[in-house]
Amino acid sequence: MTNFSDWKFTRREVLKLGAASAGVLAATSLPAAPATDGGRKPINATVAMDVNGTTQSFVLDTRTTLLDALREHMHLTGTKKGCDHGQCGACTVIVDGRRINSCLTLAVMHQGAKVTTIEGLGTPTNLHPMQASFVKHDGYQCGYCTPGQICSAVAVLGEIRDDIPSHVTADLTTTAQFSTAELRERMSGNICRCGAYSNIVEAITEVAGSHS
Amino acid sequence: MKPFSYERASSPAAAAAAAAKIDGAKFIAGGTNLLDLMKIGVEEPMHLIDVNGLALDTIEPTSEGGLRIGALVRNTDLAADQRVRRDYGLLSRALLAGASGQLRNKATTAGNLLQRTRCPYFYDTNQPCNKRLPGSGCAAIGGSSRSLAVIGGSASCIAVQPSDMAVAMRALDAMVETVRADGQTRRIPIADFHRLPGARPHVETALERGELITGVTLPKPIGGVHIYHKVRDRASYAFALVSVAAIVQKDGSGHVALGGVAPKPWRVEAAEQYLPQGAKTFTEHLLAGATPTEENAFKVVLAERTLHAVLSEAKGDAS
Repeated sequence: MTNFSDWKFTRREVLKLGAASAGVLAATSLPAAPATDGGRKPINATVAMDVNGTTQSFVLDTRTTLLDALREHMHLTGTKKGCDHGQCGACTVIVDGRRINSCLTLAVMHQGAKVTTIEGLGTPTNLHPMQASFVKHDGYQCGYCTPGQICSAVAVLGEIRDDIPSHVTADLTTTAQFSTAELRERMSGNICRCGAYSNIVEAITEVAGSHS
Repeated sequence: MKPFSYERASSPAAAAAAAAKIDGAKFIAGGTNLLDLMKIGVEEPMHLIDVNGLALDTIEPTSEGGLRIGALVRNTDLAADQRVRRDYGLLSRALLAGASGQLRNKATTAGNLLQRTRCPYFYDTNQPCNKRLPGSGCAAIGGSSRSLAVIGGSASCIAVQPSDMAVAMRALDAMVETVRADGQTRRIPIADFHRLPGARPHVETALERGELITGVTLPKPIGGVHIYHKVRDRASYAFALVSVAAIVQKDGSGHVALGGVAPKPWRVEAAEQYLPQGAKTFTEHLLAGATPTEENAFKVVLAERTLHAVLSEAKGDAS
């Protein structure tokens, strides 16, 4: 029996190995993948937007989502692709001051937009207060949803300051206020499969407190 | 996703004309539903007309004392508008009960009205679905139907219209404003906007080819207690199993529409005379002729109980 304890692959190496063996299979024994374009030819368009303070111009296939433009064309891989269908929130970025799911919008629809990703909020040596608070409160386990959680959290505090109500706001005619119930409702578009929710709430609550 | 050409519209009339002229053209605004469906091959537009640049993003008072909501007003901005919160609380509540903060920031008023069903068989391109592929059959009938319609469906389709906002607008007697491909404008009562499936479930609205929604008007506020009560499988970010949109007056009269039970927001004006007699009698009239499946029969009971909760709350608030 093979002694698996002798295998000293890192997770990244295992992933590479998997990808390589899949590539070999595809090259040697599988027919070419069926075309998914329905016989239509890809169409390119030009778009320019401000990403984290730098204006960038791209020629992109019109099908490119904002998420794929950020990750694959601008190499800003902090923003994550989770479900790619707007259900998990891992791709949350801030566009023109509002948090959105970058997977459910096309890059070409954002001509002239101002986009802030996790890389634009802070840097490893100069963390945004929300990033620092997530570190302090251990607001994650695997970390995959974290960039989306942090972008969403920063925007949520802005939405409360801007008096945008939520499903749990008791009286629509009063001004929106921060509370744990409000926070949980407003963050419901960001799923954490590790279940770090209680620490995420603590991290955001600390930042909210320092704002008030 | 299949390749498509893309243009930014210059005016509502030009957008409507282009959409009527180009085969396979679709409008895109928020895109939160359309792109989701394009990724799985349910929608395959040849050409997208981006209407985001059209100046249809304001909320203005009307001369009749109501509000005119531009087609591009985002769900977040509509729910947060002070006039909507004060005079049409039902609408704010319905919007805030739907989707997530991220989606509400992007989704528009017109796009919300045009949301397509969440029927699992509509989403699964390996299954027959008369809505997705006319004439292919309906896998939902006899299939997993827990989330599907108990009334208003047909032998061709039992899909449910998923919008919360539309249910509130039905109770509020909203009007949908459009521009057609020939440049003419018209107003469609919300009651006539969504169609029942009949034998043609792929025709979901009264819109004609190329016709573009430019706004929604709300009549003068009618007061009353405004309640939107949504029952779903989790506390947030889920579609309705049953929802009740209600405006209840002090004398017990009111307007009530249901979500989650039918292919369109379900309101029967003639049943509303029974509202003062309580949830049981009213529900018997509102859902008369319902044909639930074994899996979704619970919705009829849930509707009555949710209505009971809403009417009790209204009584408490009104006193």
